[in-house]
Amino acid sequence: MSHKTLTEKIFESHLHREPKVGEVVVVDVDFAMGQDGTSPLAIQKFYEMGGEKVFDPGKIALVLDHGAPSPNEGISNLHNMMREFSRKYGVKLFEIGMGICHQLVPESGFAGPYDIIVGADSHTCTYGAVGAFSTGIGSSELAAVMISGKLWFKIPSSMRIVLSGKLPTGVYSKDIILYLAKVLGADGATYKTLEFDGELISQLSMDARFTISNMAVEVGAKAGIFPVDEKTKEWLKSHGRMDISDLSIDSDANYESVLEINVSELEPQIALPHRVDNVASISDIEDIPIQQGFIGTCTNGRIEDLEIAANILKDREINPNVRLIIGCASRKIYLEAMEKGFIRTFIDAGATVINPGCGPCVGTHAGVPADGENVISTANRNFKGRMGNNKAFIYLASPATVAASCLTGKITDPRRFL
Amino acid sequence: MILYGVAHKIGDDINTDYIISGKYKFKTLDMKDLSTHLLEDIDPEFTKKIKPGDFIVAGKNFGCGSSREQAPLVIKYAGLGGVIAISFARIFYRNAINNGLPLVECDTSNINDKDELRIDLESGILEDITKGFKIVVNPLPPFMMELLKNGGLVNYFKKYGGFSIG
Repeated sequence: MSHKTLTEKIFESHLHREPKVGEVVVVDVDFAMGQDGTSPLAIQKFYEMGGEKVFDPGKIALVLDHGAPSPNEGISNLHNMMREFSRKYGVKLFEIGMGICHQLVPESGFAGPYDIIVGADSHTCTYGAVGAFSTGIGSSELAAVMISGKLWFKIPSSMRIVLSGKLPTGVYSKDIILYLAKVLGADGATYKTLEFDGELISQLSMDARFTISNMAVEVGAKAGIFPVDEKTKEWLKSHGRMDISDLSIDSDANYESVLEINVSELEPQIALPHRVDNVASISDIEDIPIQQGFIGTCTNGRIEDLEIAANILKDREINPNVRLIIGCASRKIYLEAMEKGFIRTFIDAGATVINPGCGPCVGTHAGVPADGENVISTANRNFKGRMGNNKAFIYLASPATVAASCLTGKITDPRRFL
Repeated sequence: MILYGVAHKIGDDINTDYIISGKYKFKTLDMKDLSTHLLEDIDPEFTKKIKPGDFIVAGKNFGCGSSREQAPLVIKYAGLGGVIAISFARIFYRNAINNGLPLVECDTSNINDKDELRIDLESGILEDITKGFKIVVNPLPPFMMELLKNGGLVNYFKKYGGFSIG
């Protein structure tokens, strides 16, 4: 049988038979990841389960990114628990400052087409951009995977998202995924896979695809997968991944539903407090004052995002009533941004550059807003309290919209600066 | 498994950041301590209102957002007997069952705050004792029922040494 969803193709490669949507299967996991908010509990569960060794130290990574460097003694002690586990079992540990887990896993060549990857972090769906079925799990499941190398899955049905048209100037992949969140709602794809198709895909860079796959979970999806093309192969090779199989989409496969989005008329999109699916076009909400901007995270902390922001901030200064915080998604990206002069541009514009990590997005440190303040951020979540203060208001947008808004001190259409 | 308790009604799309805020959960593995902050960002008085065995009764998409397993754990450590919702986000659903926290998926629109409830998990019947009606709930998949009966994934793994399906 030829006509299969990407999800069915990936599971078939592990089961060596045709999977059926809705069936529960146990499969070998190709890679597993945990971060510092979830790994300590996974390590505790590992020992409670009687774990004595890990199934394959080369297929597991632990990342110190959510509170890195540690802002308090509690987190410091949990970091040491992870360091000790890593030493004891030979598991790869990414130290503080190396970057955000969802950049590090693909950047290190750990993710590729047909892989089934699990991570104790909900944004593990990010690696769908390189053709992996990757999804978030909890700490107990990470422990079970570290011991056995296996996990159970219910084979999800798939929605085909057909992207067409041409992105207008000032409109980016972040605007597409925010618009999709508006259309589908926060639970519009629960228990399902989003599979991306359409003529627009070839125009999207890998960085742009990572942004879209990253936010698949914001509509409840298990995964958000792109087919593999030349751009995917080139990106994977340049990041040390050599075994790359073709993974193409069968448009006539048994998709549960199809949603077509033509982006040619799309405006910059903004998610308003306190929901990711509470999305408006910029022309409807311009001029709301902001006190803080944040560019970074696993959604938009990659080199293309920094370049987009730098082009707007170059030879300009941020509004005196605004703080702009910028964090690169990894050390590698940080160095590249330095070489390309983006970091200099940010600092000259008055921004504060923080080390690679998750900090401000999850409210652990490095940019907790004050009571009543408005923040515009490139992150993926704007829940009340998300950045560490439940009396603040978070707006989500593209790096261009955040940069433009920090220049004026109010939510601003980036096309004014392009 | 028969459960009795009082309903504490909350809305749709309650995310795991609301269940336990990131500003607390990264610091400690002491779930009893974390459980004092349960749902603090949406109702600072929530933990004062609940009694052991009571239920959270929610709308759709309960537990969306972050994968943090601390979310079902703090609900359990706060003494609650389970969560009843129209639908659950998938990672939370797995995490809850993996920790032996009962979840019931059914139409919750006719259950009011403070209603007294009785749930028979095996037969899949929820009874609103206060109102005098019964609801047939969506059954747990057999494998998840097995996990729940074993008290969660740790006990299951100790018993079987791995996943015994498929």
